[in-house]
Amino acid sequence: MKEIVVLSGKGGTGKTAVLASFAALAENSVLCDCDVDAPNLHLLLEPEVLETHDFYGLQVAHIDPEACNECGLCGAACRFDAIRDFQVDPFACEGCGLCTHVCPLEAISMRDRLAGHWYVSRTRFGLLTHARLRAAQENSGKLVMAVRKRAREIAAETGAYYILSDGPPGIGCPAISSLSGAQTALIVTEPSLSGIHDLERVLELCRHFRVRALVCMNKCDLSAENSQRIEEQCRRLAVEVVARIPFDPDVNRAIVEGRPVVETSDGAASREIRSLWEAVAAHPTP
Amino acid sequence: MNLAVASGKGGTGKTLVATSLALSLSELGPVQLLDCDVEEPNAHILLRPTIDSSEPVTVPVPVVDKERCTYCGLCAEACAYNAIAVAGSIALVFPELCHGCGACSYVCPKKAISETTREVGVVESGHVDGLRFGHGRLNVGEAMAAPVIRAVKKLADPEATVIFDAPPGTSCPVVETVRGSDFCLLVTEPTPFGLNDLTMAVEVTREIGVPCGVVINRDGMGDDRVSEFCAREGIPVLLRIPFDRRIAEAYCRGETLVAAMPSWREAFRKLFDEIRTLAAVGSAA
Repeated sequence: MKEIVVLSGKGGTGKTAVLASFAALAENSVLCDCDVDAPNLHLLLEPEVLETHDFYGLQVAHIDPEACNECGLCGAACRFDAIRDFQVDPFACEGCGLCTHVCPLEAISMRDRLAGHWYVSRTRFGLLTHARLRAAQENSGKLVMAVRKRAREIAAETGAYYILSDGPPGIGCPAISSLSGAQTALIVTEPSLSGIHDLERVLELCRHFRVRALVCMNKCDLSAENSQRIEEQCRRLAVEVVARIPFDPDVNRAIVEGRPVVETSDGAASREIRSLWEAVAAHPTP
Repeated sequence: MNLAVASGKGGTGKTLVATSLALSLSELGPVQLLDCDVEEPNAHILLRPTIDSSEPVTVPVPVVDKERCTYCGLCAEACAYNAIAVAGSIALVFPELCHGCGACSYVCPKKAISETTREVGVVESGHVDGLRFGHGRLNVGEAMAAPVIRAVKKLADPEATVIFDAPPGTSCPVVETVRGSDFCLLVTEPTPFGLNDLTMAVEVTREIGVPCGVVINRDGMGDDRVSEFCAREGIPVLLRIPFDRRIAEAYCRGETLVAAMPSWREAFRKLFDEIRTLAAVGSAA
């Protein structure tokens, strides 16, 4: 079993467009959307939900107004400034529970907080595990672990050869959770100065967690100069650039239609993604 | 006035809007741009500010004094993040998991836990063309962005118009950024991806009680569903930036929209006037 996770550092570089096309091209794979903050993969795969699970994040403090004598010790002790006027601000509360220890009247208790849901769905390309964090909730790294764990179980049960994971943007908690333990990270980048900057940081992250990185340059003809710089940067870091996808309006048209571009187009981008998949699939496991 | 620029999804043009808005206003009064996307700060790439101050961002982490510790395990029991483990005569701290809440040292009956600090990132400030600038950078491999975001937000000058460039997504880093703002500008694109993420971003602003308005970037590239959603939800569409390869190319070169096309300055000033009116209504409501 081989797990390939698509990352980018920066958002909007085309991770999901590439991964959805991989889903259409790969045979015998399990799909996993690790972008639990802003999941998009389902928009291209029309999933039919088979299982729904609750996800509980960190707990939240609750002050019983009957028992509270407004001594203010809890607010003074809270390092997240989450207790003001003897009320808990649930968005600031990090669920540490220090206030429950500090309160001399035992007026504070910790309550479970439903932070989101995760799902197993059927798509026309195989099973998909995905999730949705509720708005303004935290602990997305833990939710990413949940969808990845289930994807691995399904892959083991069904004998799937690939797990194809769509990663979140950034390099923080959810990106780390998506990356750790994967064999290959395919980094989708674009030839903008921001793209170059973020590529550097995400490659550093891959090195940090010892995951082999391959780079795919998207919209590579938007700036010949920056594309050149990315090529040089990758050469210097001994990272292979495995695809150069040109800017192609067919990609957007496919997204608006809600389908992977390899299903709707035989244009330049689609052809390059096909050969990218062959290259990634053929790449020996490190 | 504190104004957050957010989007739900990455790559919709938040930084393009935030930097051009800040530059358009900077001739009119004190303006500060604070880039709160500490995982991937990008505003400095477009603005090229002169950085004149740099401070490490640290978080507290516990240290267990082996002489005093009786390995009773109360600290591990109290830790909500599994950042301390006690087994036999070993007490282990996992600094990456620690939120620095102080619960462990509070509950320790032997006062065996003290705190040291650990650097998780850096916050820098500077200026460019009369615009004041600040951003933070999370160290690679660190999971928690919130402390660095809080450090960036501390740079905010109450006398200035402060524009916060938010990270993508709708979870804790975004909430940390948008919380306490007078208005939130949501940048989206007219595609199913844009709509899906906008829907969630609107939910976030409603949950935390910040009024919002929308900028549609790459207008004309997709369909009308974003406009229809905004009309249905009563969310004002305050600006449309057309889908134009020249804008994409300018962004790739690292140019702001108003530097590449100065005529946009006026549109951003008008946008800000409208935001001010809406924020005033929002705070009265």
